[in-house]
Amino acid sequence: MANSSATAHTGNHYLNHSKGLMSWLTTLDHKRIGVMYLFSVLTFFLMGGVFALLIRMELFKWGGHNLLEANTYNKLFTYHGAIMVFLVVIPSIPAALGNFILPLMLGAKDVAFPRLNLASYYIFMTGACFAVLALFMRGADTGWTFYTPYSIRTNTTVILVLFGAFIAGFSSILTGLNFIVTIHKLRAPGLTWDRLPLFCWALYATSIIQVLATPVLAITLALLCMERIFQIGIFDPKLGGDPVLFQHFFWFYSHPAVYIMILPAMGVISEVIPVFSRKPIFGYKAIAYSSFGIALIAFIVWGHHMFVSGQSEFANFIFSLLTMFVAVPTGVKTFSWLATMYRGSLHFNAPMLYALGFLELFTIGGLTGIFLATLAIDVHLTDTYFVVAHFHYVMVGGTLMGLMAGLHYWFPKMVGKMYPEKPALIAFWLIMIGFNITFFPQFILGAQGMPRRYWSYLPEFTLLNRISTVGSWLIGIGFFYTAHYLAKAMRKGEKAVANPWNALTLEWQTSSPPPHENFIETPVVTSWPYEYLPENTTMPVNA
Amino acid sequence: MFNQAFAGTTPLQGSDIAVQWDSLYNFLVWLSIFFFVLVVGGMIYFVFAYRHHPGKKTQYITGSHFLEAIWIAVPTLLLLGIFTWGYSVYHSMTQAPSDAYEIRAIGKQWLWTFQYDNGRTTVGEAYVPLNRPVKLIMTSEDVLHSFFIPNFRIKQDVVPGMYSSVWFTATVPGKHQVFCAEYCGTSHSGMLAKIIALNDEQWEAWNNHKKLGAIPEAGSDFSSSSSDLSASRVVAQVSLAEQGRAVYETKGCLACHSVDGTQKVGPTHKGLFGSSVEMADGKVLIADENYIRTHIENPQKNTVKGFNPVMPTFKGLINETEMNALIAYIKSLK
Ligand code: HEC
Ligand SMILES: [Cu+2]
Ligand SMILES: [Cu+2]
Repeated sequence: MANSSATAHTGNHYLNHSKGLMSWLTTLDHKRIGVMYLFSVLTFFLMGGVFALLIRMELFKWGGHNLLEANTYNKLFTYHGAIMVFLVVIPSIPAALGNFILPLMLGAKDVAFPRLNLASYYIFMTGACFAVLALFMRGADTGWTFYTPYSIRTNTTVILVLFGAFIAGFSSILTGLNFIVTIHKLRAPGLTWDRLPLFCWALYATSIIQVLATPVLAITLALLCMERIFQIGIFDPKLGGDPVLFQHFFWFYSHPAVYIMILPAMGVISEVIPVFSRKPIFGYKAIAYSSFGIALIAFIVWGHHMFVSGQSEFANFIFSLLTMFVAVPTGVKTFSWLATMYRGSLHFNAPMLYALGFLELFTIGGLTGIFLATLAIDVHLTDTYFVVAHFHYVMVGGTLMGLMAGLHYWFPKMVGKMYPEKPALIAFWLIMIGFNITFFPQFILGAQGMPRRYWSYLPEFTLLNRISTVGSWLIGIGFFYTAHYLAKAMRKGEKAVANPWNALTLEWQTSSPPPHENFIETPVVTSWPYEYLPENTTMPVNA
Repeated sequence: MFNQAFAGTTPLQGSDIAVQWDSLYNFLVWLSIFFFVLVVGGMIYFVFAYRHHPGKKTQYITGSHFLEAIWIAVPTLLLLGIFTWGYSVYHSMTQAPSDAYEIRAIGKQWLWTFQYDNGRTTVGEAYVPLNRPVKLIMTSEDVLHSFFIPNFRIKQDVVPGMYSSVWFTATVPGKHQVFCAEYCGTSHSGMLAKIIALNDEQWEAWNNHKKLGAIPEAGSDFSSSSSDLSASRVVAQVSLAEQGRAVYETKGCLACHSVDGTQKVGPTHKGLFGSSVEMADGKVLIADENYIRTHIENPQKNTVKGFNPVMPTFKGLINETEMNALIAYIKSLK
């Protein structure tokens, strides 16, 4: 995919292009906006993560005692969930990495609407502020799902959180719109659709879901706010409303949202695996189309969250059947990644390690998803720790592993320095082992019948809960260590070359970090981005 | 052996459904192990077999339609099979036999109350006969709850303003744990109850308001526990339907309805329960618990064909216990 100027010039790049805080806060540069998103998301990740550690601390039941009161615990899991979903996992890859990488990958100077892009960031932060503000008031204790009528009755400041999520949703819609137009209009000469990198395909599919599904969330949350303030009688049975209707509305967005979270991660994996296997991606078209397959099915399976809600048996039949088909395109991707490694020449740098970690965790997450799609099995497992374990394997094992892979992969491009390989390896193992110790026991807890969102539990669940808590410490140490070595690398890291991985996508054809305008000369694309020939097995950087 | 491999990860098998559930669950666990080994095992093998070394060459492969066809077709067929199996077990979970013994359950932050046809009310414990289908007709006084009995592998959300139901046949005597599985506020995790499955003798005694001896947990050793059926009688209670008659009369239903078949301003309630009723707009509804409840709380929603929509709403005037009694009474008017 070469034939672009390797912008060998040094000195001027987007980070030192202009100076001072204001130059960041008012920037229209997608790269800087991406970096701002990244720092914001990582800050929220720290918050959500600390809440998670506190939750696990409580569940350790030190000497059979409680560290926290029930109400505090209920607020903690609500905050952990709401922050992680709305402020971390949803924006992490698209808004942070996507903003930075997408225009570069397309050979463009910026996104289609740079001003809108900056506005999206501020809208996102406004929403986040509302949600965080509630923390300092009476908090919220509804769980991130805001099920009615509890969310109407609770005297916590749930309305601020709803309002925050409502506002943040607009940022998601606008970013999606921006990306769709960017992909359509700003591709470099020669970058035809069938040469589009899979990360771009994934972002494209994600953006479509963001644009189509998020408005439904906005409507739902707005209705819930109105119900709380004006008692309009739509969800509250006391006023003749239907509480189950809320669940339909909520999952109509939140199921597709699951794919807003996972598709971009799959996109990252589709980039990383060929580069570090030094081989063309296996089944390019199948991977690209399966993203759209998943996005399409995403809209018609929301009812699988409601198998025991009182929904009709016929609806359950349909939703269970449709849900099964999600596994097919997901399987296609997984097998294609595996086949890409076959007869490759594998390099185990941190991005690849996280991609392999993704494969392990996501396989478990996907297979346990089949349990939950199976009607009878779900009746027993739903609302238990089995579900908690399942979606952590998918969301953390999937999205967060994808984020970590992408973060390490593009780190040299973003800051112009290399991250250190050895600490990355140690952190990877801490996180991987810690993750499995934390969440695997939760499958068993759930199968044994321990419900989720339980502040206290029966004595027979103690051992597995304690094992799980110990695992959470390892994850915590792993992430803090990662923050430490990345922060250090930013200041003192070895200087990165333009293309440390010898990769073929366009972002690597410009200097690291890229100049303000991305490319000195507009690149021209002459082949697809996975043209790794048999001899091309080395990289400037080795693990 | 294959069927027992994961027994430790699931609760006691306390009902017929639990046995069916466990077979499917075991199958899925084995299937998952197979695919996990295939994918992750394959991955680990590749990691060792294709590790980079200087001078190594790769093979230029971009895809294979044959392989793609296989990994689309095989999972699709498997998934359809799993779906069918899952649906058939689920179907038996939902079809309560018509002769099931009915108990009314009310969820309320944060306890469970049970009402029986014989007029008794228990809190936190539901007494049921062993080896006989039991159906719980449930509603909530406040927010969502969910009735979850792990030993029976069943669960059903309990929704304010309507009835949902769940049924089971307990095959193991003793106490079975019940959890609330839908988050409902502060003491959600303390909203526990027990299903107490009684053998014939105990059931007989319980129905005659006799005291029962200590009942052990299901699955524990029963030989030691003497079920002491002492003769001390608890105050005799009027049946649930009788309680309902009192509600029916005091709330003034008789002004417009009869219980003996005569027509008044409103239709008679004799023989109503379980019949199909035609509405003014032509649709036909089955007169079950939800139909009667809705009609009492929201009479304007549907109007019975041939009558004027003059029935006042009783929403907020009849509480959940009274409503259960009232419906039991209407149901008894055969
Ligand atoms: C003012 C007269 C009036 C009173 C009092 C009244 N109803 Fe009704 N009810 C009606 C009328 C008229 C209908 C038929 C029209 C309709 O469907 O609303 C009806 C219909 C019903 C139905 C549907 C019957 C069917 O055949 O499908 C039920 C159930 C019912 N009432 C229960 C009650 C109960 C229980 C009470 C007492 C708590 C009560 N009603 C009090 C007038 C009344
Ligand atoms: Cu879903
Ligand atoms: Cu509850």
